[in-house]
Amino acid sequence: MVEIEKLNILFGTGTSKNHALKDVSFTVNSNAFFGLVGESGSGKSTVLNCIAGLLNQWTGKITINDEIQGSKRDSGFYKKVQMVFQDPYGSLHPRHTVDKTLKEPLKIHGLTQTNMRVEKVLAEVGLDNRFRFRYPHQLSGGQRQRVAVARALILEPSIVLLDEPTSALDVSIQAEVLNLLKKIGKEKKLTYILVSHDLAVVSHMCDTIAVMNHGRIIETVTKKQLENETFGHEYTKQLFLASKGFNRDVIDLFMDF
Amino acid sequence: MKPQELLMVKNLNVFFPSPKGDIHAVRNISFSVGKNKVGIVGESGSGKSVTGRAILKLLPSHTRIRADKIEFKGENLLEKNEREMRKIRGQGISMVMQDPQYSLNPVRCVGRQIKEAYLAHRRVSKKEARNKTLAMLEAVRIRDPERVYKLYPHEVSGGMGQRIMIAMMLIPEPSLLIADEPTSALDVTVQLQVLAILDDLVTQRGMGLIFISHDLELVSSFCDEVIIMYAGQIMEICCAKDLHKSCHPYTRGLLNCLPKIQGNAEFLPILNRDEAWLNASWPNGSCPNGSFTK
Repeated sequence: MVEIEKLNILFGTGTSKNHALKDVSFTVNSNAFFGLVGESGSGKSTVLNCIAGLLNQWTGKITINDEIQGSKRDSGFYKKVQMVFQDPYGSLHPRHTVDKTLKEPLKIHGLTQTNMRVEKVLAEVGLDNRFRFRYPHQLSGGQRQRVAVARALILEPSIVLLDEPTSALDVSIQAEVLNLLKKIGKEKKLTYILVSHDLAVVSHMCDTIAVMNHGRIIETVTKKQLENETFGHEYTKQLFLASKGFNRDVIDLFMDF
Repeated sequence: MKPQELLMVKNLNVFFPSPKGDIHAVRNISFSVGKNKVGIVGESGSGKSVTGRAILKLLPSHTRIRADKIEFKGENLLEKNEREMRKIRGQGISMVMQDPQYSLNPVRCVGRQIKEAYLAHRRVSKKEARNKTLAMLEAVRIRDPERVYKLYPHEVSGGMGQRIMIAMMLIPEPSLLIADEPTSALDVTVQLQVLAILDDLVTQRGMGLIFISHDLELVSSFCDEVIIMYAGQIMEICCAKDLHKSCHPYTRGLLNCLPKIQGNAEFLPILNRDEAWLNASWPNGSCPNGSFTK
């Protein structure tokens, strides 16, 4: 379970001060898939970075599995919480083979039976043993993202943070990676927090969706509400209409929020 | 060639030489563009951007471009040398690139860059060019053109950068615009606003537009005609409004694997690629649901 209460973060000082998150609060139950959607600059990735401990100047309260988290995290935390990043081209070490990339977290956490674990996790993400000793440049974008997912899963975490896992991929590859994430999430009873700018992706994956704008969560909707087009906030409606494709009459009515 | 047709491409082939043998990136494609919006869609690596660049001869010099015909307003682009091509680029056909942050010169303010594009094609005074630039910035719906004129590329947001690129490409008043994923780096709402600007220009000025994208939903709602490419070949050409009725397995596969807000299955269907698509010419005209060949 992930509980966030009144999360605030400030970047910069003086005139360039940027209040990136303003009183963000939400709760994600165990085994739930939670989505954060918003435009660029709305603070959705910043929320994930705060939860993962990549940023530490935040204020507020982050509770994960009933443990209150401070700004420094111990290695036990990273065994429970793992993150998959947006860009599979940038998040894998270019001079490490898949095998070495996957063994690094095992080494950090002092786990044994490394070969067995690597084989198992590669099978889970649908890559056979041929890929084990390849370098990232020998893999396609979809295969790289599978390796990134495998790297997160090898520690058998209970919470996985997904930061735009498919936005760098083609639609056909996106479908494969989304199916994979959904299948693994259900099988292993994982808790997902998925960040995306694509409302369709988030509503496909998640049961509850928080809509963010300018550092605030303006509305939390369920999948059912989206399907029935019942939203409380005009901004959510605008995002919904925008994801429907090009329609001249609708675009002229767009507002800045 | 019909009078309203701007560009006609016949049997275009592009080869990239490599030590392991040539890479045949674009294979025998033919299409034509009039004063309408033509979308080219496909996955990455399907040759859609290479097609756009090959028309303008903007590919590296070692690339081999072979075609029966690339005709723009009755002129054969294949026979043109680099100097003559410079006249075509900008004034005849211009191209909007994908990423504004990489395509703009980082050390010159954006206004001067747009002005330069105008001065390269017109013999006018600097003052007139400046006024024209400000008018163009206003036309792409930038609220405060005087202020934006003096900004440097790193000072503008992604959406504004893309509008600046569009302003720069439109200022020589081209008759055909090639837009290579002009909006894929933008937020959904900004993306649609930028497309609305392009749409206005097509309808008001009678410009032709080639819109390269991987977003089928967007292309089917925005363009008039869609060319679907796979592995360097055209799979089918169809009316955008009939795209959803298309019966080519590749188009169907691409459409099905898009997640939808309403009525989604638990798992998305996955595209199964079939080698046979490449060899057998899919009977373009035989599709009963309104697909057609040119």
